[in-house]
Amino acid sequence: MPKLFTGAEIVFKALEDQKVDYIFGYPGGAVLPIYDELKNHKSIKHILARHEQGAGHAAEGYARSSGKPGILLVTSGPGATNAVTALTDAYMDSVPLVCISGQVPTHLIGTDAFQECDTTGITRPCTKHNWLVKDVNDLARVLHLAFEVATTGRPGPVLVDIPKDIQFKKGKYSFSKSTLKKKLNGRATHKISNNELDKFIDLLKKSSKPIFYTGGGVINSGPQASEYLRELVSLTGFPITSTLQGLGAYPGDDPQFLGMLGMHGTFEANNAMHDCDLMINIGARFDDRITGKVDEFSPGSKKIHVDIDPSSIGKNIKVDLAIVSDVSEFLKSLIKRFKEKNKNFLNSNKQKTSRWWSTIEKWREKKSLNFINSNKIIKPQHAVQRLYELTKDKDTFVTTEVGQHQMWAAQHYKFNKPNRWMTSGGLGTMGYGLPAAIGVQIANPGKLVVDIAGEASVLMTMQEMSTAVQYKLPIKIFILNNEYMGMVRQWQELLHEKNYSESYTAALPDFVKLAESYGCVGMRAKTPDELDEKIKEMVNIDRPVIFDCLVDKAENCFPMIPSGKPHNQMILGPEEEEEISDEGKILV
Amino acid sequence: MAKSKSAYSVPGKIGKTERHIIVVWVDNEAGVLARIAGLFSGRGYNIESLAVAEVDKKKHISRITIVTEGTPQVIEQINLQLKKLVPVHKVADFKRGEKDILFRELALFKMLANAKKQEKIKKICKKFNPVVLDKTNKSFVIQVTALRAEIDKLAIDLKRLGLISTSRTGAVAMTKGPKIFN
Repeated sequence: MPKLFTGAEIVFKALEDQKVDYIFGYPGGAVLPIYDELKNHKSIKHILARHEQGAGHAAEGYARSSGKPGILLVTSGPGATNAVTALTDAYMDSVPLVCISGQVPTHLIGTDAFQECDTTGITRPCTKHNWLVKDVNDLARVLHLAFEVATTGRPGPVLVDIPKDIQFKKGKYSFSKSTLKKKLNGRATHKISNNELDKFIDLLKKSSKPIFYTGGGVINSGPQASEYLRELVSLTGFPITSTLQGLGAYPGDDPQFLGMLGMHGTFEANNAMHDCDLMINIGARFDDRITGKVDEFSPGSKKIHVDIDPSSIGKNIKVDLAIVSDVSEFLKSLIKRFKEKNKNFLNSNKQKTSRWWSTIEKWREKKSLNFINSNKIIKPQHAVQRLYELTKDKDTFVTTEVGQHQMWAAQHYKFNKPNRWMTSGGLGTMGYGLPAAIGVQIANPGKLVVDIAGEASVLMTMQEMSTAVQYKLPIKIFILNNEYMGMVRQWQELLHEKNYSESYTAALPDFVKLAESYGCVGMRAKTPDELDEKIKEMVNIDRPVIFDCLVDKAENCFPMIPSGKPHNQMILGPEEEEEISDEGKILV
Repeated sequence: MAKSKSAYSVPGKIGKTERHIIVVWVDNEAGVLARIAGLFSGRGYNIESLAVAEVDKKKHISRITIVTEGTPQVIEQINLQLKKLVPVHKVADFKRGEKDILFRELALFKMLANAKKQEKIKKICKKFNPVVLDKTNKSFVIQVTALRAEIDKLAIDLKRLGLISTSRTGAVAMTKGPKIFN
């Protein structure tokens, strides 16, 4: 007779076998048996958030900065529905999360019981898979399967819904690895053929206007993938641009790096994407913020797409060579094959791509990220630049909220390592950055973690400052405060005749006093000449800080590809703002 | 609407749509049909008909046959997205009109008809394997199996002969010859 365990014990045994060290969560009636069991498992620490959405984003921050799955524990009903935003965010940005939710006892399911909701129904479209466990003897298998689904192939969130009676019931526990025979997203059994590699190399050789376009897939493939990417880019001498999620995979200050591409990308990156003859997409998904109008996207180029998810290939843009693979495994094989056959590629190719590089240099001379600085008022771009200059020598981790500040952070903060940049790209979740910073700091104790925030976004999850204080997490909330929902304001200025409908927050809290009431440190910078000193002071405080940086209220984020313009015509700055067509106004 | 010049969120050229029959083998577990149907509705794909039943009692495998319409790109996405679902084992995709595939749909028609009319109706249905399932002197239930378009036409023809109720399955499909989907 094997030893029997309660459902709650099985949950923790599975978490221990999966080497989980932190859970982010919030207790409630339907998960009490699991919370009761917590005290018996000293290797697992629980971080109590102030809202389940906060717990979810913290788990995301933990996962993205550590490469391990984030664990979320919530109760039934509102606990589960509050977690939905974080699950959807993780689904869009391919972040591995395992969410365990309590459910009303099985005999009450379907009776509209107190705090009952159809959790698996609600989370079906925002998870890779979810389970309602109705038999305690299924629990161990389901939990291990959940970890496997979350972390293999293209990573993503999963949810296991456990009714309260199942948490009490006794059942068997076993742990056998690789319970899932089926290949997930094609990764498990895919072998890269020499034929594919040779086709790839052949396209590289034929190209005179190539560009690497890399994305979050490189980061998700692990730090090794970034190493391989750097090697390949240096072997070929080709220019490289990155999506928002891919920043850090390639050094942001390297001369071959053209900066971020897309709606707020650099002039050189977007023009190079438009005019290239070979586009090498590694781990990016041709998102609409990148492609613009698909019919006019990079019309003259051959396209290669390397992605672990077969459904990402050909979804938005047709490609000439599709490779379904993990980035790291693929680049490793490619570099090996490339080196064997092309010892002098760089030299022979320099001439071929020299005209391309001089064109790129001309685009670069536009200095599209420039802005008109001021000595009276802090320009938000200037604030991000100073923050970068004063923190670049440390191994700094940056999270953001969503909006103008997020784009300025992406443009002006140069990342040199993967897993240092955590931002909500796919879903665009305001309120992501503060709780994410908590998760990042948990995973990286002793490191500097800064949330570059907007005052509107950060108020959406401000309650999590209380979490940061409770666990003594010295996160820095660097608010670019312009009193507006800046990106909304910018679109209203450019697209809606300056009708600033509901985008101004008239009654903002005093962030310094707010910080103090949470028991953390509040600071404020009002003028450019005090900015540096204050940033230095903030960095040196070993406690959570809310930094209220008062910036120019009317600044817009450029460059920008506006609605009503083709992809290679960007607005570079305020002097170039133009009327936007009526048709353009309906677009998002 | 005038042609938009915008770089963002404008619909691209829409290709020609094709009708496809997609066969999916899934674990017969709670919620599996909702996962398939949710994938179609969530991504804006179209389900024309759907037939589901367990085909392997031991392994609890169900076979789902879906008739859908879309551009080649959409059909490819449907296939790839279906393959990503955890309970899905395999997916087969056939274009309507492919030669080595058999399609059948079953229909039940309830007619108000006297004996004389009933004979007439049986004659009309003759080509479609008619089986009379129920018969009174006023009414009559007949089962036919045929292609979708044939049943469409039949339903119109029967209308004037006293058709009062129609029940149809979705299409099911199978390959010709000894080979099976793999």
